[in-house]
Amino acid sequence: MTASSAYLPPGLPTPAADLDDLGFWEHCNRRELRIQRCSACGHFRHTPMPTCPACRSMDFTWAEVPGTGTVFSHTIAHHATHPALRGFGPYNIVVVLLDGADDVRMVGNVVDVAADEVHIGMKVVLHWEATAEGGYLPRWRRA
Amino acid sequence: MGAHAMRNAAAVVGVGHTSFGRLPGQTPYDLGAWALREALADAGLKHTDIDGLIVSRVPDYQRFGEMLGINPRYTAITPGQGRMSGASIQMAAMAIAAGMANVVALVYGNDGRSVGEKYGGENDRYGGGDGGLWFPYGMTSPGAAHAIMFQRHAELYGTTSEQMAAVSVAFRKHASMTPHAVMRNPITVEDHQNSRFIVEPLHLLDYCLINDGGVALIVTSAERARDMAKKPVYIRGFGQGTELAGSNLPPDDFWHAPMASAAKDCFRMADVTHADMDALMVYDNFTPTVLFSLEGAGFCPIGESGRWVQGGRLELGGEFPTNTSGGHLSESYMQGWALNVEAVRQLRGETGQRQVKDAKLVFYCCAAPLCTSIIYGSDAQ
Ligand SMILES: [Zn+2]
Repeated sequence: MTASSAYLPPGLPTPAADLDDLGFWEHCNRRELRIQRCSACGHFRHTPMPTCPACRSMDFTWAEVPGTGTVFSHTIAHHATHPALRGFGPYNIVVVLLDGADDVRMVGNVVDVAADEVHIGMKVVLHWEATAEGGYLPRWRRA
Repeated sequence: MGAHAMRNAAAVVGVGHTSFGRLPGQTPYDLGAWALREALADAGLKHTDIDGLIVSRVPDYQRFGEMLGINPRYTAITPGQGRMSGASIQMAAMAIAAGMANVVALVYGNDGRSVGEKYGGENDRYGGGDGGLWFPYGMTSPGAAHAIMFQRHAELYGTTSEQMAAVSVAFRKHASMTPHAVMRNPITVEDHQNSRFIVEPLHLLDYCLINDGGVALIVTSAERARDMAKKPVYIRGFGQGTELAGSNLPPDDFWHAPMASAAKDCFRMADVTHADMDALMVYDNFTPTVLFSLEGAGFCPIGESGRWVQGGRLELGGEFPTNTSGGHLSESYMQGWALNVEAVRQLRGETGQRQVKDAKLVFYCCAAPLCTSIIYGSDAQ
């Protein structure tokens, strides 16, 4: 996969991993979608954070999830809110409810459909997109 | 049951603001000091009368006190988020009731337009810490989050863009009667529909107006309020609710639960009903927020706000005139502060052409991960 096949133009902020997020992005860079899972009660949580909101335990694992999901909601972005997007668009932004991960939802894009083809309830599968830094970013394709 | 101890315990006795628009060369400190000067003059008070100070979006309370040469007994600072305007006013009422201060100055200064604030991009975390996980996907603004929330509402309840237009049209109509409003040319539903998409389904005319400006309010005890320059406007009730758990993405419930909680406590403290409200001031960063707020606060059933706002219900002359100064959509995005000023002016009968006749009670609310509501009254009953 080459950079030219990226869904959005280069120059957007790349994942800025903080101490909480680091594990998530490290797994992504190996093309593994792993979500924080509480070791005490089994509850999945995202975005990454230090405690389990269900039981307050601070013990967790990075648990692999199936990589499928359902579009929970979406929008079509027209206006360039970031300089890198100037002259680009429209493009879709989706919130995907992951399968097999409790109520975990992730922001993303569906790369293989026109912006106006996305709809709530659409089934999607994971799509790994190579980044300019040599890592991978999780996006989505129509299932 | 006796009256709630906080009902009418505090009153707004002074309001002031700068002009709104592009005010280059003015920092939030300048804008705050200007607004405070206006509010003190309105109240007939001097800087030295202030014994409580709450600043918001003015970066530092210490510097602000230093530049004014005041040593208030009570001081606080709230984050420069719109949800904090109502919360700050509530803090003032509580500080007064607790005896920690008697004349509280609330000061807000925003230079967002001149510094090119876009509420998007790398510095925007929308209150949470997780924006970094959104940006690679081109989700770089609060508008996108609200569009995603609206899209969900549309799917569940059939709410339409034309229904959002009714909100924009009503507020612009009110702004046309507000001399200090930034956008005063009346618009139609067609204008709204023809304005360009920013994040579809949100059009340009679903968005608030980023501008420079400052706003200040003076709050004091009901007792002290009796001998001020102007008729006091009483803080009759208030409430708060939060939805912090799971708040890294727009909530499933459009903030209905925390808004319902904030409104319930507010109406109980005030001992009045929805139907008693003469006007509403509803936080309008984006038009969908108005719809979600009206549902959560109980003015209309869940899911029915779209139909409910049509037919002029929110316009002057309608059942609930709302954002009578034009709100964030047309007056200026002053993050709730100017809406609270407008509530006070309506209850004083100072709003000229846009005056709601015999206004006695006004409801303010803001929907966000922290929801607030306040009921203002023209008398202390
Ligand atoms: Zn747990």
